[in-house]
Amino acid sequence: MQKTVNNKAWLLVIPVFICVAFSALIPLMTVVNYSVQDILGPDQRVFVGTEWFLQVLQDDDLHAALIRQIEFSAIVLLIEIPLGIALALTLPTGGWRASLCLVLLALPLLIPWNVVGTIWQIFGRGDIGLAGYLVNALGLNYNYTASPIDAWITVVVMDIWHWTPLVVLLCFAGLRAIPDAYYQAARIDGASPWAVFRYIQLPKLRGVLLIAILLRFMGSFMIYTEPFVLTGGGPGNSTTFLSQYLTTLAVGQFDVGPAAAFSIIYFLIILLLSFIFYTVIQNLGKGPAS
Amino acid sequence: MARIELKGLAHSYKAIPSAPTDYALRPMDMTWEDGGAYALLGPSGCGKTTLLNIISGLIHPSQGRVLFDGKDVTDLAPQQRNIAQVFQFPVIYDTMTVFDNLAFPLRNRKLGEAEVRSRVHEVAEMLELGADLKHRASGLGADAKQKISLGRGLVRKDVAAILFDEPLTVIDPHVKWILRRKLKQIHQQFRLSLIYVTHDQVEALTFADQVVVMYEGQVVQLGTPQELFEAPAHTFVGYFIGSPGMNLLPCRLDGDAIAIDGVRLPLTAEKAQRARAAGGELQLGIRPEFLRCLAAPQPGAIAADIEAVEDLGNYKIVTARLSGQVMKAKLPEDETVALGQGWLLLPPARTRLYAGGRAID
Repeated sequence: MQKTVNNKAWLLVIPVFICVAFSALIPLMTVVNYSVQDILGPDQRVFVGTEWFLQVLQDDDLHAALIRQIEFSAIVLLIEIPLGIALALTLPTGGWRASLCLVLLALPLLIPWNVVGTIWQIFGRGDIGLAGYLVNALGLNYNYTASPIDAWITVVVMDIWHWTPLVVLLCFAGLRAIPDAYYQAARIDGASPWAVFRYIQLPKLRGVLLIAILLRFMGSFMIYTEPFVLTGGGPGNSTTFLSQYLTTLAVGQFDVGPAAAFSIIYFLIILLLSFIFYTVIQNLGKGPAS
Repeated sequence: MARIELKGLAHSYKAIPSAPTDYALRPMDMTWEDGGAYALLGPSGCGKTTLLNIISGLIHPSQGRVLFDGKDVTDLAPQQRNIAQVFQFPVIYDTMTVFDNLAFPLRNRKLGEAEVRSRVHEVAEMLELGADLKHRASGLGADAKQKISLGRGLVRKDVAAILFDEPLTVIDPHVKWILRRKLKQIHQQFRLSLIYVTHDQVEALTFADQVVVMYEGQVVQLGTPQELFEAPAHTFVGYFIGSPGMNLLPCRLDGDAIAIDGVRLPLTAEKAQRARAAGGELQLGIRPEFLRCLAAPQPGAIAADIEAVEDLGNYKIVTARLSGQVMKAKLPEDETVALGQGWLLLPPARTRLYAGGRAID
């Protein structure tokens, strides 16, 4: 077949190029620009090469924040995904009960993130907060402003409260998309409820779970507002996650060069981990069986 | 294998059915003989899938009992009934291999692994799935998937019957007949009871020894394909089976004869009596294959206006109008018919009388 050469086609893709350029490429290149220069003043700048990258990579505080961040994302994913699936399985399958449950579940998703932080900041207080007061009344010594463990628990519980509903909604939609015939066939085949879950529901949920895991991974890995409002990263640095560390670096200390270098590393980490998740889940249950 | 009896069976999706139309399945008694190949034929929404799901136990009937070999199974769950069912869309367990799919019903019933292996291999052999046993089921075509669904039924030794719910809907036409023949072959080999739901008359007539025609929640006729063709018990059967369907001509009784357009077709006294007793609208039914077209009047022939003659290569379809009613006749290729005035002859042996939709014999 003869290939048609028509340069007018470029005109059609130019709008997309422009949009992507302004929304992603140009801001990203600005960051790249900062990351390789030392900006001393509005007109004074020095090219420093990879110096900022090396400095950032050797920063112990950053290593600690990165480890905290990975721990946080791992904990959040390990709880929210199974909990979300479990809740979606127990929801009513239709009618007004299902609608009511979905609306109630979706409420946390509608609350602005800094308000979520404020809610939990008050909720967890020992003096005027319902949860904090009750836990202390039970004889447990709970104070998220003083104990790193308590602060961690509060941040994790807050995130679970805030984001598990998203996983539930996705799984609920995924479960509704399974044709009845599968359940009927499973009944006729004498499958146990566990086998129905393992061989029908879980495989059919793969697509939505991929989205849920990616969204929750990225969301939790970039978490900023809620812990910032709740604990301010403390006590000490115990709940300072990567984005808060980055903000302190860029806005607080105005170390634009290292902050830019770190932004790029941060971005690459998220990209790499998302890609790994995506590839692994896509290939689960596919390919030649052993 | 089992003989399946339905006693006073009815089902309604409404809690308190009041009118007959509230029933998805109107009260019926029926027996499916052991080892029979039955087709359940009817248009969409006539209750055939409901009936099938009641037999398999997926639906609990509102009233009546289901008996397998005389044993009441109405309250048993599908897995306790030993029924296999193949659905319209192939159901396979995506993450499993073909082998594991076939083994699934056996493993759920805690059979020994050695026996599982021998049963699965036997069924795979029969369905020509042997080469794919180690492959993942999700990568196969619709026909192979449907074979796996069927295989999951066949693999169990104790199945009372295998139910099919329009299993060939998503199969390519050229594979359809291969699968259908396979099914027929398996039926002949093992004498399994098969009940096959379809809205496709060709599929029903070629597959089954006995065809059950359903219409608006009731069984209107059970018979061999030949009986359905030659002696439809209900106008619906006449109209639904055959292409074109049966001609239905409104008529009235005049003493011991049927009167149409001034022509009298004599009846026996008893038949006229039965027709009168049955009540309801009277109709004469004749298949296009039996209706004759004449160029000249003849005793018993009714004058009609021949409107169109379509030559379909190996036969002709004549469209005639008889006192406002359109009639179709299927004539041999070599017969010539002129447009305009003509006469239609209804051979008495091939003409059936219906009162209120039901045949008067």
